[in-house]
Amino acid sequence: MPRYVLNVDGERQEVEADADQPLLYALRGELARKGPKFGCGLAQCGACTVIVDGNAVRSCILPLSAIAESAQIRTLDGLRGEHPVQQAFIAREAAQCGYCTNGWVMTLVAALERNPNLSDEELRETLTGLKCRCGTHMAILRAARQAANAMANAQEV
Amino acid sequence: MSVATLDRRGFLQRSATLVFALKTGGLSILSLDAARAQSLAAAPRAIGPEELDTWISLDANGAVTAYFGKMDMGQGVDTAIAQVVAEELDVDVARVNVVMGDTHLTPNQGGASGSSGCRQGAIPLRNAAAEARRVLVARAADRLQVSSDELDVLDGKVFVRGAPERSVSYAELIEDGFATRLDWNGTYGNGLNVNGRATPKSPDQYRLVGTEVPRKDVPGKVTATTEYCHHVTLPNMLHARCIRPPVANAVPVSVDESSIAQFPDARVVRKDDFIAVVAESEWHAIKAARALKVTWSNTSAPFPPETRLFDYLRTAPAASDSSRGGFGGRAFDTAPILAAIESAARQVEAEYEVPFQSHARMAPSIGVAHVTNGEALIYSDTQKPHNTRDGIAKFLGLPPEKVRVVWKPGSGSYGRSDADEAAFEAALLSQLTGRPVRVQWMRHEGHAWDPKAPACVIRCKAGIDAENRIRGWYFQARGFSGWDVMFNAAEPRDTLVGQLTGFPKGDAHNFGVPGESYEFPESVQFWETVAPFLDRASPLRCSHMRAPQEPQVHFAHESFIDEVAAMIGADPIALRLQYLRDPREIAVLEAVAKLSNWETRSSPGAARDGAVLRGRGVAIATSFGGYVATVCEVEVERSTGRIWPRRFFVAHDCGLILNPRGLRGTIEGNIVQGMSRTLCEEVRFDTEMVRSEDWLSYPILDVKDAPEAIEIVTIDRPEEPAGGAGEPSHVTVPAAIANAVFDATGVRLRRLPLTAERMKAALG
Repeated sequence: MPRYVLNVDGERQEVEADADQPLLYALRGELARKGPKFGCGLAQCGACTVIVDGNAVRSCILPLSAIAESAQIRTLDGLRGEHPVQQAFIAREAAQCGYCTNGWVMTLVAALERNPNLSDEELRETLTGLKCRCGTHMAILRAARQAANAMANAQEV
Repeated sequence: MSVATLDRRGFLQRSATLVFALKTGGLSILSLDAARAQSLAAAPRAIGPEELDTWISLDANGAVTAYFGKMDMGQGVDTAIAQVVAEELDVDVARVNVVMGDTHLTPNQGGASGSSGCRQGAIPLRNAAAEARRVLVARAADRLQVSSDELDVLDGKVFVRGAPERSVSYAELIEDGFATRLDWNGTYGNGLNVNGRATPKSPDQYRLVGTEVPRKDVPGKVTATTEYCHHVTLPNMLHARCIRPPVANAVPVSVDESSIAQFPDARVVRKDDFIAVVAESEWHAIKAARALKVTWSNTSAPFPPETRLFDYLRTAPAASDSSRGGFGGRAFDTAPILAAIESAARQVEAEYEVPFQSHARMAPSIGVAHVTNGEALIYSDTQKPHNTRDGIAKFLGLPPEKVRVVWKPGSGSYGRSDADEAAFEAALLSQLTGRPVRVQWMRHEGHAWDPKAPACVIRCKAGIDAENRIRGWYFQARGFSGWDVMFNAAEPRDTLVGQLTGFPKGDAHNFGVPGESYEFPESVQFWETVAPFLDRASPLRCSHMRAPQEPQVHFAHESFIDEVAAMIGADPIALRLQYLRDPREIAVLEAVAKLSNWETRSSPGAARDGAVLRGRGVAIATSFGGYVATVCEVEVERSTGRIWPRRFFVAHDCGLILNPRGLRGTIEGNIVQGMSRTLCEEVRFDTEMVRSEDWLSYPILDVKDAPEAIEIVTIDRPEEPAGGAGEPSHVTVPAAIANAVFDATGVRLRRLPLTAERMKAALG
């Protein structure tokens, strides 16, 4: 089986796997990440989201062979609880079962690091397509607003 | 290997640090050896309900462990339990760890069920914690040479009132545990209760119960430290994927194992009509399952065309009815009521239709099992681990005490979802392969093969007299049985793999009728079930889904009373108040009218032109000890038919509130999931198979369609026992929206879901 170099959360890792194996299975498997989750394997729900070179990406359909050696991959685990988006989700209790939380947090991290000055409408547009079955949407939107405000204020300072 | 016995003292002293002393050598798989050191247990632990040690333990550092035979499904029930235990024990809530849903550690309190976590599940914990405090204070009194009533407790330290330097900590008093008997009511399940000699605090003494203690589970979920069931791995574990037939009811005729020869680590495992592929690598299990060539039996189309669904429900003979079984089953005679309706001045009639709906969990079913040497260790996110233990024991031919089911957090499941299925499949595959096995369902299985919420047709009739009073009321629900497979997995016949391997499906029947207190002079509410389309391993088999059958029956009932109000020109709230008798129902209805600035008038509203039509609607529900009234304000876009519930107002009374913030979050989730079921959700099928198999073919509510606001007023009634909150508000949503749509448009939609397409067609 071919070997692939992955830069995950700042660490260089090598994994041996089929070329068509999606990144998610390497992250969940030998790289032991608990953040990205299997929800659909079809890029329809977002539970598997990671950030690759600044973009929120659905890792359940991204084959290892399509990832450049230089690519920088970030996972929820790698945020270490310190990110303003995580702090906002905890403060707003924006999770019920929490299985989808990874997707909402990582999508927001990618978007708000690019531009934290998003209106409520723009936040909804950013998050559209992510699934939450428990119906935690209202708390998630409050957390998104709080995180955006915190990151925008930090930028001004 | 043998089942290790536990050094009880060691367990009690050190359980919180997960270090266990085992009296005898030889670890059994039931005792979770070093390979699973991150898990919670050595075992078996004595878990007789009548022992105080079953419920509460303290370690040498004063950490408290509460053993809860239910689980939190994401609404913060474990936090509420920690509050209740900390309250009675007089310790800081941060000291209390809550162990949930492990058949070797927790008593059988029935699992997650019927919004009962606080309503019923908290009560034995409260009583046990109060008794634990009494025992510890009595020991302190001996130690300090005073009487118990001279002592106070502050965060686990017992001291002499007025002389706080004379003190002793709980940790110094615990010794060999409590060794105290409780009075047990002899019941297992939701109703399990125990009492000690202590009297629990009265609500006016509460300092923690009723406060907004932050949820214990959220940080771990947000920072990727929570171990979900999906994360469990066991040494030497195989990955499995199941093979489903392309046509429901088809069975395998032959399996071409050479079709997966390119995956040397993969192989086929089959028992009777159940086929799976196991592999060393998860990705290879997936690829091999896709590649495997199976010849299936030719089977005649098992389902009618989808367009015939409601005709079938209307015309099929009744398989059972509410006089013959189920909750609240009682005899009914429709003749006098129908006569009263016919003889009234005017009649109103309507028929409502609700399709099958899917639990559609974020993660499809997961199960990890290790079966060896006559023992089984199962990891599952089932809602009812003790029942699952019993079912798997029967399935594998083991005594129940040799099976341990360990609940781990999973994706929200909202009833008898697919959660139990993979646990049974993993157990079978582990037994057949002799290796630990992890079964992860794929997306198409989670949607197409989970047990469904039953479809139904509901007929309502009312007779109105010359003074616009309701004289007679007739409510008939006809649906598939909500117990087509039972709401727990205590029998293998209630699982897919069980039905495929020689356990014929049962024949239990239940549906439901609304529970409000409307008093009409003549009234009958009853249900009938019809036979399922397919009697074996059906992807349309039905079971419990959040507030079982209540969203369906309340959609009809609360729409129909609005139809009556519209016919006689009455305000919908005023008409309801005229017939309600329960003061708590009246109170929530009045509270929601105030909260929403309800304008007293009849529906529909006056302004019905313009591109966007606006209206308001109300619905109530009384369910699982919760009383709810909900007002919805909708906008309907005339050109597209899009219905947007812009604002909700909810008045909620569930008695004593343990954690107001947790309650509000629970209500919000109920409302948003209810919106999804009302506006989006319908299981599609054709004559061969369910065709809702992913998020495109079974859409749920998107965040861009979430409401602008959900305003909630909670009515705290500390004098009343805690009622349910996990379901009651969910039940109000379909009719609140449908009534608001009528108010906005003058068009009555009687078929769920209220899609834009249906709305547009109805607007013409």
